Amino acid sequence: MRVLLSGNEAVARGCYEHGVRVATAYPGTPSTEILENVVKYKDDIYCQWSPNEKVAFEVAMGASFGGVRTLVAMKHVGLNVAADPLMTSTSVGGDGGFVIVTADDPGMHSSQNEQDNRYYAKFAKIPLVEPSDSQEVLDFLGTAYEISEQFGTPVLFRLTTRLSHAKTPVELGERKEVAQKEYVKDTSFRVVIPAHARKLHVKVEKRLESIREYAETSPLNKVTEGDPKVGVISSGISYQYARDAFPEATFLKLGLSYPFPIELARKFCERFETVYVVEENEPFIEEFLRYAGITNILGRERIPSCGELNQRIVRDSISGEDTAGEKTSVSPRPPVLCPGCPHRSTFYTLNRLKIGSTSDIGCYTLGVMPPLEGIDTCICMGASIGNSLGMEKAIGKEFAKKMVAVIGDSTFVHSGMTGLADVAYNKGSTTVIVLDNSITAMTGHQEHAGTGTTLMGEPTTKLDYIKLAESVGIGNARRVDAFEMEAVKAAIKEATDSDEATLLVMEGPCALQARSQWGPAFVVDSEKCTACGLCLRLGCPAISKDENGKATINPLFCVGEFCSMCAQVCPVDCIAVPDKS
Amino acid sequence: MANKTTDVFICGVGGQGILLASEILSDVALAKGLDIKKSEVHGMAQRGGSVVSHVRYGEAIYSPVITEGQADILASFEKMEALRWIQFVKPGGKVIVNSQEILPSGMETYPPTIDRKIRERVPDAMFVDALTLAKEAGHLRAVNIVMLGAFSNFLKFTEDEWKAAIEARVPKKTIEINLEAFELGRAAVSG
Repeated sequence: MRVLLSGNEAVARGCYEHGVRVATAYPGTPSTEILENVVKYKDDIYCQWSPNEKVAFEVAMGASFGGVRTLVAMKHVGLNVAADPLMTSTSVGGDGGFVIVTADDPGMHSSQNEQDNRYYAKFAKIPLVEPSDSQEVLDFLGTAYEISEQFGTPVLFRLTTRLSHAKTPVELGERKEVAQKEYVKDTSFRVVIPAHARKLHVKVEKRLESIREYAETSPLNKVTEGDPKVGVISSGISYQYARDAFPEATFLKLGLSYPFPIELARKFCERFETVYVVEENEPFIEEFLRYAGITNILGRERIPSCGELNQRIVRDSISGEDTAGEKTSVSPRPPVLCPGCPHRSTFYTLNRLKIGSTSDIGCYTLGVMPPLEGIDTCICMGASIGNSLGMEKAIGKEFAKKMVAVIGDSTFVHSGMTGLADVAYNKGSTTVIVLDNSITAMTGHQEHAGTGTTLMGEPTTKLDYIKLAESVGIGNARRVDAFEMEAVKAAIKEATDSDEATLLVMEGPCALQARSQWGPAFVVDSEKCTACGLCLRLGCPAISKDENGKATINPLFCVGEFCSMCAQVCPVDCIAVPDKS
Repeated sequence: MANKTTDVFICGVGGQGILLASEILSDVALAKGLDIKKSEVHGMAQRGGSVVSHVRYGEAIYSPVITEGQADILASFEKMEALRWIQFVKPGGKVIVNSQEILPSGMETYPPTIDRKIRERVPDAMFVDALTLAKEAGHLRAVNIVMLGAFSNFLKFTEDEWKAAIEARVPKKTIEINLEAFELGRAAVSG
């Protein structure tokens, strides 16, 4: 059957068809939908959200030790978190087939950087497979498992946003079961004490050379004949852009691009006066060519390293033309905290109290936008707490009264817990605010260790933030209703006035998950409204000014009494549901 | 033309049902046995940001995205968004705009010159009051299917093919409203 699948859906389908038994991940755009789709095959595949990518990786590696085909998926920056197990797992491969999916984000549609994770394959000395559409995702995943099992190595499988999220036709197949290998204790390669690791390194180098020889003739690397005068080398989604930019050219398309098949590439380059090397972000392929002394290539010197490519940019950068056309200047339409978002009360209060925050990765990062402007720093998952503590150590305890750490529940579970222990251990006075909407919201509502439900839909234990804080040594820890403006304000004031470290858990469900609780829209009594503008400072998309500068509420957006923050901050009580006003 | 590709660029504001409309278009093309690629970016769609979906179909499709000056059809579910992306339509391409105005967060009033600026760029741009037609069909949220009906006039699929795809995609109890929305949209502009 021929169906349209996104690259992420095709990974999930590939897990099913190629006999994967265990799949793990921590959600992160653009990779999230992989596990969300794997769970559709939960009768055949055990799958789970882990607290972070490092743990997800270690669980997957353990499953590989256990002798089954296993997959771990993450966004590009997630592999930084999992880099520790990655770097050593490469020498212990050799049990059940093990594939690591990295979904990179050129253009930074939803990320803090556009690192090119192809370098991780080279760094960790493992093969790199790069599909270029959903059918290839499905097919190449099977080859990736074969490579993993044949050579005894984990395989890095790289997607990018336009592969993960573009839907392209896929021919579906059947599931093929793969026999589980029996676990036999063998410390020579699963215990990496230096004496073992020295031998393993030699083994890895030999393995790499064997895989390079395989890559020279692998069907994943293929030449498509076209114009004998124009040669192009490319891989992944860049290949698709290059095909559109140079429809007549002869192509060397690399699907197994590391270990780099240098002889194949050398022979290809010898046929042309100049070969275009088309790559998004980093000149990964080009570096291998140049290192081998191949100089008749044109790549990074023309093709930009910042941002996404497309066929127009590829064509223009080679030809030197600019065919982008004229843009009309239009006001930006930035994403904002949703109407009814429980995070709004914290940022509004911080703004009113002139308190800044070190913040973190999630929806709440939108609290940086005007009028809330409640964020001073946001770097990576979990950084908020350490950043706050460090600023306190540099500037002093008084400063800490004006700087809190703000982190979402899922991010706190991911990598905030260790920061909290650090605050207690090193006698910080940090106020840590966990914005607890009891879900991983930004990526589209995934469960985590603090929600009480697993990916496979089973009820489970629920992390208790208060008990956790108490156990690391933070006695001042309490829950606050995020929709009670006065309570939020009192709690933040008390916590920041104190010299002791405090944990505040601001509780309120994600508005997008609470549709059944939305009430009828509020209206503004414009007779009573004094145009003071306080409600506008909430930055709610439902509230704007009318022609007289008074507040007005868009009934299509307002969620009414579910939220009511505007009614609570109004000093003249002019906002209410219609029948009460 | 033998290897003709059709490029449809759909844009609007998060929450307007852009992705469903492009899903239905993709289903119609897939059912005809064509090669098809559809691309959009997830993550911010529900948070009121600008949303874009690229649909490309034909004999053999490579890139999943449409670039500037390439779209045969630019369908915008919101006026300001049409202007934001107007450089993506090719010379002679069709521009179909829902005349609905959605104020971006942080802006106090909607700029009054959008229609004029669209017409300056594309004189024969077509405006459809999709919100009113959706209301007429039975639900405000059917704006996306009204727009689908409007731009379907410029694509070579039959009315039955469109309707079958709509029926297969929308929730059962909304089929009637959506088919009505499609017909109202299809009648609102002439192909």
